[in-house]
Parts: sequence; structure tokens; C-alpha cells
Amino acid sequence: MTSNTRITLISVTLLVLALAAPLVAGQPFYINIGSQVLIAAIFAMSLNILVGYGGMTSIGHAAYLGTSAYVVALLTLQHGFGFYAASAVALGVVVVMAAIFGAIALRGTGITFLMITLALGQTMWGVAFRWSDVTGGDNGLPDIKRPDLFGLNLVEPGLFYAVMIALFVIALVGMWIFTQSGLGLSLQGTRDQPRRMGMLGHHVWLVRWIAFIIAGFWAGVAGIAFIGYHGYIHPLSLGLANSAEVLLMVIAGGAGTLLGPVVGAAIVVVLKMVVSAYVSRWVLLLGCTFVAIVILLPEGVVPGLERLLKTLLPETRNDGEASS
Amino acid sequence: MTTEIALQINGMTKNFGGLKAIDGVNLTIPKGDRRLLLGPNGAGKTTLFNLITGDLQPTSGSVQLFGRDITGLPSHHCAPLGLARTYQIITLFPKNTLAENVILSLLGISPLRWSPISRIKGRKEFEERARAALKQVGLEAKADRPLGETSYGEKRRLEIALALAQNPSLLLLDEPLAGLSRQERLDVQALIEAIPRDITLILIEHDMDVALALADSITVMYHGRVICEGDRAQVVADPRVKEIYLAS
Repeated sequence: MTSNTRITLISVTLLVLALAAPLVAGQPFYINIGSQVLIAAIFAMSLNILVGYGGMTSIGHAAYLGTSAYVVALLTLQHGFGFYAASAVALGVVVVMAAIFGAIALRGTGITFLMITLALGQTMWGVAFRWSDVTGGDNGLPDIKRPDLFGLNLVEPGLFYAVMIALFVIALVGMWIFTQSGLGLSLQGTRDQPRRMGMLGHHVWLVRWIAFIIAGFWAGVAGIAFIGYHGYIHPLSLGLANSAEVLLMVIAGGAGTLLGPVVGAAIVVVLKMVVSAYVSRWVLLLGCTFVAIVILLPEGVVPGLERLLKTLLPETRNDGEASS
Repeated sequence: MTTEIALQINGMTKNFGGLKAIDGVNLTIPKGDRRLLLGPNGAGKTTLFNLITGDLQPTSGSVQLFGRDITGLPSHHCAPLGLARTYQIITLFPKNTLAENVILSLLGISPLRWSPISRIKGRKEFEERARAALKQVGLEAKADRPLGETSYGEKRRLEIALALAQNPSLLLLDEPLAGLSRQERLDVQALIEAIPRDITLILIEHDMDVALALADSITVMYHGRVICEGDRAQVVADPRVKEIYLAS
């Protein structure tokens, strides 16, 4: 067994254990934390397409999650849509929005790109905050009902968690397939050597734009799960703080790795939910955690642990030599 | 019978502010030619490459590739038209293995580059052609090594492999020997000599021994202009060439 296969096995085992943990704990409090971690994980994975695989640091990604959630809220509350029909419309809206915003933001790269995504994100926050006739302004939009699925009422935390696991696994597998695909490889190439990629026949701008739309789509999916879980949306969910938090999840967990954003999401949400129950200054603890990560595992938790595991588990040299 | 023209440049000018980097260059490269671009630093050789490949937009003038106007066409159009280049400064993919580097090159001319679902790794057409391209430059044994574990000389050869993998009609080599040791130079020289003759080559190189041995014909540039063109004897005998190289 190569060390890579071992690490994959270890990762899958840990992931399954982590997914089962809230159910073992049994109390709705822990199961709900599990659901929130998975929603944050889908959101962070969507941003990872841009930050990790595309090398495009966006700090306006909450706009897609928030817009998707607002569309579901508005359509179900004010226009008599069912939750699922509203969700389909929300995804359409978010894809169109990502296409337009992407075309604007991709006029720049690096810090310019970052500033444009920030401006666009804050624009959406401003709309949600000021257009109070429609969005409820600072009051937000409450009382969105959790839908039924196949006749099961998802208000039950365990059932909702099961749906989140299914959605998370779909997103994770989708992400894995994407990173191995022609478009995914092309995106990673444009991150490392954009000029050469152009010369090799890859349309760098178009690849980045499509990646931007895919990232927007998955943030939209996270937004639907978000409104399904909370039943409430506030302008803060669209804003800079939320965009920065998801960026921290990606970077702390390990940008450009499949599981990095998942681990990052777990760290942030667990600290936020569990530790804040015992320690009132939990933000301080979150800050210390990030400082520790930056010092000990500067490339992020997942790549850092992978490096440690590789040194602990040296290659067992029998497969390569024996078969050749 | 007239020979087919691989590359035709007419009245090419490129200004950077007040500086005329390229100043009215005309160049005709017949198919199958191995042309050496010679000239002191700042003569405009690499700028000319960048203008041909669309990395830069010309101020005026035109470029034709096999009779087709490609003036100002963005660089991602080059590969499908059979135009490939290498870079003076190593421009490779540091996080990938050598085989994966070549696969990115093959992907550039494959429609699969747009597919968000089809897995590329393990596809025979990619893996085999990548290995064949690596074999062509003598790196077959290191195909699965990460780029970071290769020497500078091997990276130089991989540069060429990325371009050759696309089986181009016209190949632009920008200082393929830069920074190599004597032995490595001989290896790369042999490798360039072995490139099939139906690939037209334009080569920028400062190593005279190697460059003159490889080239069929030579174009000398100075301050953005072509000052002399011909075979080795003609160029060496030209008084202006002597003046430039002795004066600089």
C-alpha cells in the first residue's frame, strides 16, 4: 500500500466517523451542529474552487449564499412558491448573478479581483439592508418553513441532518470529479501558469469565468440548505463578515485540497457553537486557533497533517518494485 | 514550384511608450526552415515572439501563419493552428509531475479541456502520448516524478516536450540552452536536431556554436530592426554584424 492510499483510507474513515459522531451523541444540539458544519462545508468547498483551484481570492462569496437564501425566502413567503420550486429559481438567479459578477470581477486579477468581489458583495448586502420593503431590511425575513421530503417532516433534526449528509456527499463527490476533469485540470493550470496555459490552447479567461459560475452555483446550494436550516435570513449573511469567515475556513483547512474546506468549516462552526456555550470570548479562541494553525501548519490543517502522516508512514516499497 | 511560407511578418512595429521595441520588421520563413534569430540583448527577439503568439498586440503590421492572418489573435488560438513556443524563463507547472505537465499541453488541443466531468488521468490517449513526448526528450524514466525533483537541465527539456507534444507545424524556441552546462547543451542540441524536419523552427539562442550548427538560415536583429539575413557565411561576413558584436 502506498502512503497515498493509506492517507485516503485514513481520511475516509475519519470523515465517516465525524459524520456519525453527532448521531452517536444523540442530542439535537449536537445533531444541529453537525447540520451547520455540513452547510458551512458545502459553502467553503464552493469558495475553494475559486481560491484553492483557481488561485482567485474572493472576499464577496457570501453574496451568493445570501442571495440564494433571500430568493427562497421571498418566493415562499410572498409569492406562494413551494420550497423546492423556490430553490430551483434561486439556483437560476445565483447562476445568472455569478455570470454577471464574474464577468465584472475577472476584469482584474489578484488584489484587483479581490477588491471587486468585495465591492459586489457589499452591494448585495446594501440592497438587502436598504430595500426594506422587500427584504425586511435589518429585521431580515423570518418564518420560512422547513419543507417535507418524501413525506418526511425535516423539522426533526436527525432527518434534516441525514438530508445534509446526502447533499454534502453529492457536493464532495461532484467536487472530486471536477478537480480530476479536463476543466478542473485546466483551472489548476491557469492558477499556476496562466500565460503558458494560454499558449497551450486553454482559454484562460473563459475557464476562470466558468469556474466562477460553478462556485456561485454551489454557494447557492449552500444558501438553500442555510435557509432550510435556519428558516431566517438577515443582511449579515450576505456581508463581509460572512465572506471573510468562509475564506478563513478555506485557508485554515487547506486551500486547493478536497477536504481542507470541510475541516476548516468544522473548526469554525464547532468553535462558534460549542465553545461559545462555555466561553463568552469565543472569538478570541477562534483567533488563537488561527494563529496556531498559521504557525504550526501554515499550508492549512489538511495538507499539514498529510505531510506529517507521510513522514510517519514511509512508502512500503513492495508494490512499485515487485510489479515492475 | 514555390515553397510554402510558414510565417510571414509584414511591417511589424511595436512601441512601448516612446521606445520602438520592434521597428518595421519584415520576415519570411519558408516551411521546413530552421531559422536562428540573433542579436544582442534588447534587440527585440523575444518581443517578436510575443507579437507572433498574441501575448502582445502590435502597434502596426501583420502576421500570417501558413497564409492565415493571425495578427493580434489571442494566444489561446495558437495551439489549434499548429503554433507552439517555449520560454526563455522556465514556465512549467510546479505542483505536477512531468507526465501531468505534458498532459496539460495535450489537453490544450483536446475538446475535453471543457469537460467538468470526464476524468483525464488514466486515459490512454493522454498517458501514452505524454510518455511518448517525454521519451522524445529523454525524460521517460522520470515521468511520474514531481517537477520539484528534477534538475534545471531536465526542466529545459520538459519545456521543449510541452511544445513538441502538440505536434506543431511551427515551433518557436526562446533560448532553449539558457543556463545549461556544456554537456547539457550538447544533449539539448541533439534533441533539437532530432525534431522532424516538417516542423518549422525559429530559434533564439546566444550560444553561437550550437545555434549556427542547428540553423539553416540566420536573421540578425538590432534595436528592433532586421539588419541582415542569410546563411552562416553571409551573416558572418556582413560588416554591420561585426560592428554590432564587436562594439557591444
